[in-house]
Amino acid sequence: MRFSKILTLALAVFTLGSASAQLKLNGAGATFPYVIYSKWFDVYSKQNGVQFNYQSIGSGGGIKQITEGTVDFGASDGPMSDAQLKEVKEKQGSAVLHIPTVMGAVVVTYNQPAAGKDLHLTPEVLAKIYLGQIRYWNDPAIKAVNPDKNLPNQAILVAHRSDGSGTTSIFTDYLNKVSKTWSLNVGKGTSVNWPAGLGGKGNEGVAGLVKQSEGAIGYVELAYAVKNNLSYAVLQNKAGAFVEASFESVSAAAAGAIKNMPEDLRVSITDADGKNSYPISGFTWLLIYKNMKDKAKEQEIVKFLTWAMGEGQSYAKDLYYAPLPKEVITLCEKKIASIGTK
Amino acid sequence: MKSEKSRRSVVNIGDRIFRSTTWFFAFVVFALVFLMAYEMLKGSQLSIEKFGFKFLTGTTWDPVADNYGALPFIFGTVVSSLLALLLALPLSVGVAIFLAELAPRWIERPMSFMVELLAAIPSIVYGLWGVFVLVPWLRTSVEPKLLAISDTFPLFKGAPYGFGMLAAGIILAIMILPIISSISRDVLSAIPDTQREAALALGATRWEATKIILSDGRSGILGATLLGLGRAVGETMAVTMVIGNRPEISASLLDPGYSMASVIANEFAEATTALYTSSLIEIALILFCVTIVLNAAARLIVWSVTKKFKTA
Repeated sequence: MRFSKILTLALAVFTLGSASAQLKLNGAGATFPYVIYSKWFDVYSKQNGVQFNYQSIGSGGGIKQITEGTVDFGASDGPMSDAQLKEVKEKQGSAVLHIPTVMGAVVVTYNQPAAGKDLHLTPEVLAKIYLGQIRYWNDPAIKAVNPDKNLPNQAILVAHRSDGSGTTSIFTDYLNKVSKTWSLNVGKGTSVNWPAGLGGKGNEGVAGLVKQSEGAIGYVELAYAVKNNLSYAVLQNKAGAFVEASFESVSAAAAGAIKNMPEDLRVSITDADGKNSYPISGFTWLLIYKNMKDKAKEQEIVKFLTWAMGEGQSYAKDLYYAPLPKEVITLCEKKIASIGTK
Repeated sequence: MKSEKSRRSVVNIGDRIFRSTTWFFAFVVFALVFLMAYEMLKGSQLSIEKFGFKFLTGTTWDPVADNYGALPFIFGTVVSSLLALLLALPLSVGVAIFLAELAPRWIERPMSFMVELLAAIPSIVYGLWGVFVLVPWLRTSVEPKLLAISDTFPLFKGAPYGFGMLAAGIILAIMILPIISSISRDVLSAIPDTQREAALALGATRWEATKIILSDGRSGILGATLLGLGRAVGETMAVTMVIGNRPEISASLLDPGYSMASVIANEFAEATTALYTSSLIEIALILFCVTIVLNAAARLIVWSVTKKFKTA
């Protein structure tokens, strides 16, 4: 009896001890890529034994934690500003690199039976709807882009996100680029002062609002729309072509934006060049310290990132994320190689 | 002799430990409340310095321009809670009178149980019910009729979204009904039977006797109302799912609005700048103060009423 107690105690101590010998990396940040990061961490730790702990507290939270140094890496749907990067440099003594991992897109879903499954929208029309300047479905501006549809004289119910979100960030960034009025009056961010419409909480809130109210229009994540079989609009991109949102057209947007991509990869790729590009696409980034104090952790992170750029990308489509195009992967690999250098 | 004295001192030490432990627990509760208030004050320093009193009267909520004003949220919370009270009070007092005065025992027990069950339903379940049941019903059946009479009664203007202040008021009314009714029923039951017997003996009808009992228990019912109001003010998830989340002040009940608890729940996680976070914490502070005042007033009133009748 006493021997078995000692044995169990010894076993417990041994397993605890061996568990702590495994390397554990802590991260926090965006909720959008949580699904694929979970998959990556799971697969990678089975292959390599490194444990990951990721808390999806939101992009804002991720940026805060990496500034305070409480995590080994962060994740964000929106890049950090220059002021935020300076703050991290001061507090943690290291620069922060932005490594894009996968891509997402924002689609415009609507509830208008007369519009069928392929409502066409131009940037100007979309911006005016969200500014509250176009109020009815049979407005001539909408009719001009959809000449074959007989849209009724029904009020447009605009829906947007009430909670701060990377989805809003990408969407308002796009509107900011395509509409001068929007950039002057509203601006871009995870939360903005919406000129019109009702707020729903989360993708589910907006989709629920749209599904229930006839005449409603709203924006949701592409992954969410695909998973829930929502019909969404076909948008006109910068090259003038009408493009449907798909993983291919989203990846094409990143490839199209490659010409103007800054060296630090902190770029918004909305309204990208290229005739196949879907205009409301965006990266999601991992925020990595350039010089970590713990060199073992730094090496593990480099190994993980290299894996993510290779095998990791193959998991993206099944989980409804758009993989990075190979041009961007090349740039990422260069960035990853610079981790640990001065 | 010696064993007697040592036995007494052992008993005294046990008593002392018991007393000091319970004092400590009570103190911890107080300390928690003060700590919360202190942390919120500290967190809202930035926004208090920047906006001062204009925060309470400002109507813009612009995270991009970093300009914040809390009036739409204060308005939203106040209006939705008052609307809830208006709808819930007659119902709750009616239920309380029925359960305390009129119901036979075999109805009263299960009915009280059901009413209190309403209080146990989580807020988010109410919110989901609101989104899938209440809002469509309002949008298709109720609001068009209200809009038709908007000329004679200008409180109903705008479009029939379904979402809006009216939906929030109705959901909150259902949520505060159990609190008001169960406390009112307790208050009415605490009034001694001698009052009822005296009234009936003097020839009063059932309703007249009940009116007398009601006027005796009115401060207790007031206390129950304030408690219900306190809950309505702090309700978050149910409200945010049906109120439309639009920081605008509008006279119409059909228009969307925004409440203090909702904006904090929606925007706190992704608040990007320090001033943004600080403004949200200041809204939390305002909500905290309002809730404390309402609850303190309610408790004091309810205690005084039940004490009055217990000593009589």
